[in-house]
Amino acid sequence: MKNTVILGALSVVALSAGMASADTLADVKARGELNCGVNVGLTGFGAPDANGNYQGFDVALCKAVAAAVLGDASKVKYLPTTGETRFTALASGEVDVLIRNSTWSFQRDTDLKFDFVAVNYYDGQGFMVKKDLGVSSAKELDGATVCIQTGTTTELNLADFFKANNMSYTPVNVADDSEGQRQYLAGACDVYTTDASGLAASRATLPDADNHIILPEIISKEPLGPLVRHGDNNWGDIIRWTYFALVAAEEYGVTSANVADMATSTNNPEIKRLLGAEGELGKMLGLDNEWAKRAIAASGNYGEIFEANIGSATPIKLARGLNALWTQGGLQYAPPFR
Amino acid sequence: MAFVQDAPKDSFRLGMLIYDTRYRAITIQVIVLTLFLLFLSWLVNNTIENLAAKDRSFDFGFLWQRAGYDINQTLISYTNDSTHFRAALVGLLNTLLAATVGCIVATILGVLVGVLRLSKNWLVGRMMTVYVEVLRNVPVLLWILLTMTILSETTPAPSDFRVTEAMIAAGEAPKATMMLWDTVAITNRGMNVPAPLVEHGLPRLELLGMSVNSNVLAFLVVLGGSLWVNSRIRGHARRVQEATGVRPVTWWKSLAVIVLPTVALLMALGFHLDIPTLTRFNFKGGTEILHSFTALTLALALYTSAFIAEIVRAGIMAISRGQSEAAFALGLRPGRTMSLVILPQALRVIIPPLISQYLNLTKNTSLAIAVSYMDLRGTLGGITLNQTGKELECMLLMMAIYLTLSLIISSVMNAFNRAVALKER
Amino acid sequence: MTSVIPFVRNEMLPEKEPPLRERGVVHWMRQNLFSGPLNTVLTLLGLAVLLWVASHVLPWLMHSVWNASSLTECRDIITQRFGEGATGACWAMVKERWHQYLYGFYPMDLYWRPNLAFVLMFVAIAPVLYTSLPRKMLWFTAIYPALTFWLLWGGSVWTPVVAMLGFVILALIFRALVGKLGVPVSAGIGVVVAALWWMFAQGPVSDALQAAIPLSITTVDSDQFGGFLLSIVIGVTAISASLPMGILLALGRKSDMLIVRTLSVGFIEFIRGVPLITLLFTASLLLQYFLPPGSNFDIILRVIILVTLFAAAYIAEVIRGGLAALPRGQYEAADALGLDYWQAQRLIIMPQALKISIPGIVSSFIGLFKDTTLVAFVGLQDPLKGITTIVRADINWKGIYWEPYIFAGAIFFIICFGMSRYSMWLERKLKTDHR
Repeated sequence: MKNTVILGALSVVALSAGMASADTLADVKARGELNCGVNVGLTGFGAPDANGNYQGFDVALCKAVAAAVLGDASKVKYLPTTGETRFTALASGEVDVLIRNSTWSFQRDTDLKFDFVAVNYYDGQGFMVKKDLGVSSAKELDGATVCIQTGTTTELNLADFFKANNMSYTPVNVADDSEGQRQYLAGACDVYTTDASGLAASRATLPDADNHIILPEIISKEPLGPLVRHGDNNWGDIIRWTYFALVAAEEYGVTSANVADMATSTNNPEIKRLLGAEGELGKMLGLDNEWAKRAIAASGNYGEIFEANIGSATPIKLARGLNALWTQGGLQYAPPFR
Repeated sequence: MAFVQDAPKDSFRLGMLIYDTRYRAITIQVIVLTLFLLFLSWLVNNTIENLAAKDRSFDFGFLWQRAGYDINQTLISYTNDSTHFRAALVGLLNTLLAATVGCIVATILGVLVGVLRLSKNWLVGRMMTVYVEVLRNVPVLLWILLTMTILSETTPAPSDFRVTEAMIAAGEAPKATMMLWDTVAITNRGMNVPAPLVEHGLPRLELLGMSVNSNVLAFLVVLGGSLWVNSRIRGHARRVQEATGVRPVTWWKSLAVIVLPTVALLMALGFHLDIPTLTRFNFKGGTEILHSFTALTLALALYTSAFIAEIVRAGIMAISRGQSEAAFALGLRPGRTMSLVILPQALRVIIPPLISQYLNLTKNTSLAIAVSYMDLRGTLGGITLNQTGKELECMLLMMAIYLTLSLIISSVMNAFNRAVALKER
Repeated sequence: MTSVIPFVRNEMLPEKEPPLRERGVVHWMRQNLFSGPLNTVLTLLGLAVLLWVASHVLPWLMHSVWNASSLTECRDIITQRFGEGATGACWAMVKERWHQYLYGFYPMDLYWRPNLAFVLMFVAIAPVLYTSLPRKMLWFTAIYPALTFWLLWGGSVWTPVVAMLGFVILALIFRALVGKLGVPVSAGIGVVVAALWWMFAQGPVSDALQAAIPLSITTVDSDQFGGFLLSIVIGVTAISASLPMGILLALGRKSDMLIVRTLSVGFIEFIRGVPLITLLFTASLLLQYFLPPGSNFDIILRVIILVTLFAAAYIAEVIRGGLAALPRGQYEAADALGLDYWQAQRLIIMPQALKISIPGIVSSFIGLFKDTTLVAFVGLQDPLKGITTIVRADINWKGIYWEPYIFAGAIFFIICFGMSRYSMWLERKLKTDHR
């Protein structure tokens, strides 16, 4: 009987401790830790290293939020989620925010009762094929075998695309990115389809990257971004504006290196407001005025995070593309801080 | 254990509900039932409250919506315009297919290994021991993953089969060729085998809302008829043998009765084989047996066969040596001793644990998730669940289906067990 | 009379060696490998299979690389050493990541805690398995769960202590009431009071004690558990927690009380009828619906609870087998002695039935331990798939395939094979003193 009841007791203790109330900010502060739902198997976006430290593009946003809310970028508890468990983990309150390359779609935003608060990566579904197949367009893929990750929007996009173009295909459903890459490499499928960023990451790590091409067609819009539960708008605002602070920081040239100096030395009133040297923006979020400063200091501005994790200096070598700042022809645009 | 106790016959008091063993049983049962019902209503109440709090509904309406995704192995017709319900049905059939094939292969392998393990051949005996120990002491998940990897890593890609103009000019052979007179192609995606096709087939029948292939039906009817006639012929032969001691020669009659009508039917239908041919990306035509299916079934069969081998070995060893000695004394050869004397008796010991192995294998088909074989969990509990977000409905439905499946299998097998069990006097 | 002196040998001839074909290796081979056409064919087939496997696996194993920082480097080294086109195993990955396979993300400087808990586990099990050991050691077994919980998760020592106090309360109430009210009723009251203690007194009391006498070690969160540590924690907790439940269920299934029997059979058949993976998905997806709104706790705990229920159904069947194996005379003798139901169970039936069931329990544990790999599908870091996915997401090791599976598979094999051999030995031992 002993262990059973110990577990029962533990669960009761945990129950009382883990109540997810409507005020996520208060919960996070009381807990002293941000529960961040992440992907553990996507190179460059989220994966733990040999020491168990999580790293990646999505992970950096977790750190920024933790820095803004709790004052310490390391106070994050990363909860690994799979394609199947991620939304449940968020809905049940197991995680405070889900930052796991999830596509913003109508149904998820409305029917599943989530709020996508921002788009930290504009992606689209693409195709990668071997060069010797002699294919130059996705329209030539009639009859091909396609590797595709299950539990994602890509399945539906793929079915729609082939239907719209009156083509047939054989799906090979794979569980995760590494499995998809292996199957594709082994030749179990002619085409590997997933988000273009993932394709680029996969291609970059192939032993013979030059023998593979990513087809020009992008068949879907995949705005990937952090999401929170419906009904806690203040918490959503915090995630959203932490993210915008990172984007704005890039726009204004605030980096993790100069953020401390900038706060005092700058004359630009917008930067002053952003970094809390002027105005009371932090208070309006329910945080202190230094929040954005800490968020930027955590792992840099949007551009720094991009370059450090998935940019051209990394093996993944993603171009900024749509994710360049709006001033440079991209879509990343932060509303004014006032 | 029941206790017969002569309690004093006094009038009923409330305390007797606890103190009197006659009433205590009833009291306990009432309490247990009340607690159970309370627990159940607590669960239901929580669920209702949770659904309300999340602003979600509990209905199975989504099953009739368009699924929108494709499945790579469908035993019944299915497109991405079909409903989620049909997708679940496709998944269920795939589960059943994997389970059935897996059980058959596992039984054959298991019996073989179990018998060989008792072989006097030292090398074979040791190899079988290694086989059993290695297979059953490592998680089945690993076997599934490994089988899948081996299948897809060691086989050629479809493009390796291609013969280009340049290769003909240079006199080179393609890297891979088809097997069995160019009818079977094993690629790293699957096995393409010829499929039976008919030229001028009968129209499809609509039975109970299901479309039934009447060609198959006709074939089965004719074959069944032939077999019935054949059994009559054999019965007649046996009667003659019992009466006269001489068994008339019947093999040519049997052959004619079984073969001729079916061949005639197939000729009439214009039967031919659809042989896979290489197209731009893949082999088309014929039937493709996906590696995910092969890997899952094979790995489950191998894993389960190790357990079955142990069951078979234990069953054989449970038969007393006297039985085989008696058989030898009667002049039976070892092979016949095994098949006529030992196995029939061992079967009685073997069947009950065998049932639970079949059940395990069936439940383990849910590990199809590891190789992305689209079974019930892959469709209903995987993509449908993800696309609709109806986790409660999908999971409950899935559990109910698996439960029904298990109960059906165990009741059928138990009935069989009762039929073969030793009738004790 | 011819005097033929008959030749009588008066000393023994020295023993001749048997002919060459009847001795030594040759004889052994003729006897064991080539004793007939069928056996010869089997032997040759077996040899062919062995050779085929060896020819495929050995070169790969021979070309092993132990020191490299990435898969590309590994491949370069192999090409350099063994020529173009050679393939080889890259064990450098294992060298770099072995600790994640064993401990997941458990803080490295705290590895001694799981190690200690692991060693103590044997001390705790010993008195159960070897009756010759001093009975006092059972007290250690009793506190072991709390001790391990504290060692693994850390935190205040008072939490497990106060939780254990609940059991003390349960035991005291039970002892006080059992004479008057019988076993089920007094146990029920005890459980209710203990539950109240855990629900309402646990938090405040342990907080107060912690405030008065602060005694705590570094807390380790559940999400840092992974690899074999996670497998063993789930497996061992589930099996030991499911034992009492399994016993009750087995007794319930054999009970004369219709409702108790129906409920037990229903529970057992339900759990045994659905795949473990659906129960795991229940833990991760559905529990949030079944528990009071807003409640939410650790996924590992949820998984352990569901796996415990799963194991309980199987253990119940094992124990039912043990009960069925007892001769009827034992029950009748207990009745004849005038023992009541619970006395008979405690003194006569259970000690024997449990003893018979031990091998079955061990094999259930082996099965369960292997099945813990399935937790990967709900996002936990099991050693086989979870950790491997993480390793392969590392840009250095992207594309590594066989090595992690072989490494994890080998450890599983060693543990499971060892346990199964042990259980076979135990079975033999128990058999002899049973007949």
